[in-house]
Amino acid sequence: MATSVNGSAVSAIVGRAQALFDDLSFTTARQWKAASPDRKVVGYMPIYVPRELVHAAGMLPLGIVGGGDQLEVIHGDAYYQSYICRIPRSTIELGVSGRLDFVDGMLFPSICDVIRNLSGMWKMMFPKVYVRYFDVPQNYKDEIGGSYYVRELEELLHDLAGLRGKPITEDELRHSIAVYNENRRLVRQLYTFRAQRPWQTPAAEVYLMMRAGLVLPVEEHSVLLRDYLTAAADEERPRRDNCRVVLTGVFCEQPPLNLIKSLELAGCYVVDDDLLLVTRWLTADVPVEGNPLENLARAFLHHSESTAAKYEPDLAEKGQHLVRAVRRTDAEGVIFACPSFCDPALLDRPMLQHILKDADIPYIAFKYAENSGQMQPIREQAGTFADSIKLWSGT
Amino acid sequence: MTVIVTPKGAPAKPVAKDDSMLKQKAMMAAHYDRLSNAPETGDKVASTFVPGNLNELIMCFDLLNNLPEVNAIQSGLRRQSGAYVLEAEKIGHSEDVCTYVKSDIGMMAKGNIGPNGRRLPDPDVLLLSYTGCFTFMKWFELLREQYKCETIMMHTPYMGDGKITKNMIDYMVKQLKQEVIPTLERISGVKFDIDRLREYLKKSSKAEDDLVRVLQGAKSKPSPIDAYFGGIYYIGPIFGAFRGTDDAIEYYRFLRAEVEERIAEGKGPVTPDGDMGKEKYRLVVEGPPNYTNFRQFWKMFYDEGAVIVASSYTKVGGVYDYGFRHDPDKPLETLAEYCLGVYTNRSLPMRIDMLANYIDEYQADGLLINSIKSCNSFSAGQLLIMREVEKRTGKPAAFIESDLVDPRYFSAANIKNRLESYFQMIEQKRAGVTAAA
Repeated sequence: MATSVNGSAVSAIVGRAQALFDDLSFTTARQWKAASPDRKVVGYMPIYVPRELVHAAGMLPLGIVGGGDQLEVIHGDAYYQSYICRIPRSTIELGVSGRLDFVDGMLFPSICDVIRNLSGMWKMMFPKVYVRYFDVPQNYKDEIGGSYYVRELEELLHDLAGLRGKPITEDELRHSIAVYNENRRLVRQLYTFRAQRPWQTPAAEVYLMMRAGLVLPVEEHSVLLRDYLTAAADEERPRRDNCRVVLTGVFCEQPPLNLIKSLELAGCYVVDDDLLLVTRWLTADVPVEGNPLENLARAFLHHSESTAAKYEPDLAEKGQHLVRAVRRTDAEGVIFACPSFCDPALLDRPMLQHILKDADIPYIAFKYAENSGQMQPIREQAGTFADSIKLWSGT
Repeated sequence: MTVIVTPKGAPAKPVAKDDSMLKQKAMMAAHYDRLSNAPETGDKVASTFVPGNLNELIMCFDLLNNLPEVNAIQSGLRRQSGAYVLEAEKIGHSEDVCTYVKSDIGMMAKGNIGPNGRRLPDPDVLLLSYTGCFTFMKWFELLREQYKCETIMMHTPYMGDGKITKNMIDYMVKQLKQEVIPTLERISGVKFDIDRLREYLKKSSKAEDDLVRVLQGAKSKPSPIDAYFGGIYYIGPIFGAFRGTDDAIEYYRFLRAEVEERIAEGKGPVTPDGDMGKEKYRLVVEGPPNYTNFRQFWKMFYDEGAVIVASSYTKVGGVYDYGFRHDPDKPLETLAEYCLGVYTNRSLPMRIDMLANYIDEYQADGLLINSIKSCNSFSAGQLLIMREVEKRTGKPAAFIESDLVDPRYFSAANIKNRLESYFQMIEQKRAGVTAAA
């Protein structure tokens, strides 16, 4: 395992992930593609796409989650009114500035109307790129939603096969499912480890590890995760008297890295979150035997994360995922951080807050944009929240 | 305490209405009375949405159709929505989200008083027809939390690739057969009769024929109708609780005769101030209107001689002008096809095609976009739509901004200024064309 200049294995790994995070030209993905003339890259936006299909086609799935706070949006603002969230405009900026000129396809998942409409805009603006709006069922019965979803997967598979010029075999799919199963196991392991020892795995580091998974080939990402887990366990770090929180609402437009750091500086250990859900959307291993597409469909229907973009058919179950996350991680409160103008997060928030209130779980809420610069108000709010939990939670 | 001061609308002068508008008003009022009387009559109520409104199916179970969007519109028109929106924000709803939702939630919090001044009944079922708008899903989850009533999800896939696939139809038909119909049977206690559905669909189709003739009447010069402001009256019955009824057939037959008469007489549209003066500008409009200052907004157009000859908003409850009609021979498939085809479920390139075609077909002078602050389904991508339509048609386009039912986002002076500049732009364009000729 490599070590950094200051001798810390963790620093070296985090340094690499930070460099990937900072690179708005996606150099690693470009290099991966340049290594062989038949390689292709398929971008995808939040919240979930079955990356196994892209991988099985021999392509690199590339997560696109906007431009963050380091990208100057010059052209993107000309495409959106002030009351639309930030992620589509910075994504457009990435596109028109040529930063995505090596991307052969783009998948726009069913998450909200803004990303949905962006799929049509991408078709118009980048006519040479394969573009697909990737719809998923809101009905979770195998014979209804499952059957629809299998056909959608077949269509996507057919398109990807067309893009690479030869069919994708079931064995290729099975191999990709196994590779992603392993990756998800490592992600879950890291999340479990953080919930147990958050002082050893700061939220910003965990986030950088997940972000690396959006740009690296999955096999490389699994190695990175394994190395980080080992290094983080080995390196003793001071344990602070922080409270433990679950961070939610951050599943699409990304908060600035400084925001995540600020929460911990303000006295909150993040012990669970809904950042970059694609890395752990499927909550159990997908069977490798049998029909791969049917297996992926069943996993989506019965073993996937709950989030605002999914319909919850059972009123009694609504929001319980959040209560369970709090109980599972022994969290003391919830922070709702929602991007401004984000319909899914903001419309869901009052319902989730009612559920937390009933469960006697404290929470706070604020909004952000991916380019929010001022962290002081957030730090003050989170700090007050942490103090109130420490001072009053026993009363 | 925050006090919302809404600007006064047009002076208290009698509002001119043609006979069809009076008829429509009476139909809507009767429906609201039916809803308010439900606790006494024992009628059960299904709440649902305008896009993907399955009215024929709802009627098969003797359920009354209640449309929260229309209730929000009525609150907007009656200048009550501002207080409702504030009420919803007070109880934790974000200032950033759909104001239809907040108006509805605020109205509930304040007693659920409908436009007839009487309490609207609690729904027995929420038919979540998830068609073309993400907010619908959250809206009915929010209502379910309040009413604790049964909720049926009917998911309409989005036409991202501009086509309806067999998989989409199969998925929707399965949902109808295995989820929607059995649940409605159980809630209503009425057994589903497919022949009854066929009868309603046959009636829908007749009314749809006449609606298309009415809207296409705007191809005449001068246009006998305003297909946006007036169009909202015309779509009321068919987008609401009347599609599939004899009342709708009669209304659209009557309306069509009225419009044909106006064409024969060379008349323009009827506005709240009477017959419109000389038609100077013919526009296509994209996006919903503002309802809190509806008449003031409309007046900005007809005062300048501007008439809307086609609009996308009048297609949110169904696109009929490309030939789709409800088909009694394939009753469930036709309901699926209807939901899939509504305007907001169409991809952005399809929307651009439609608007550019309207400009050509209706010989319009240009495209005006009224961008709604709290409606991402419509608004996200409209600036690209504007540029593309302008590029394809060579006609000028303009962009104004307001909101559905939140009076805080209606700036009359700003909109008027932009409209005046736009009309000047059209004049300059015409002068350029004439000079070039």
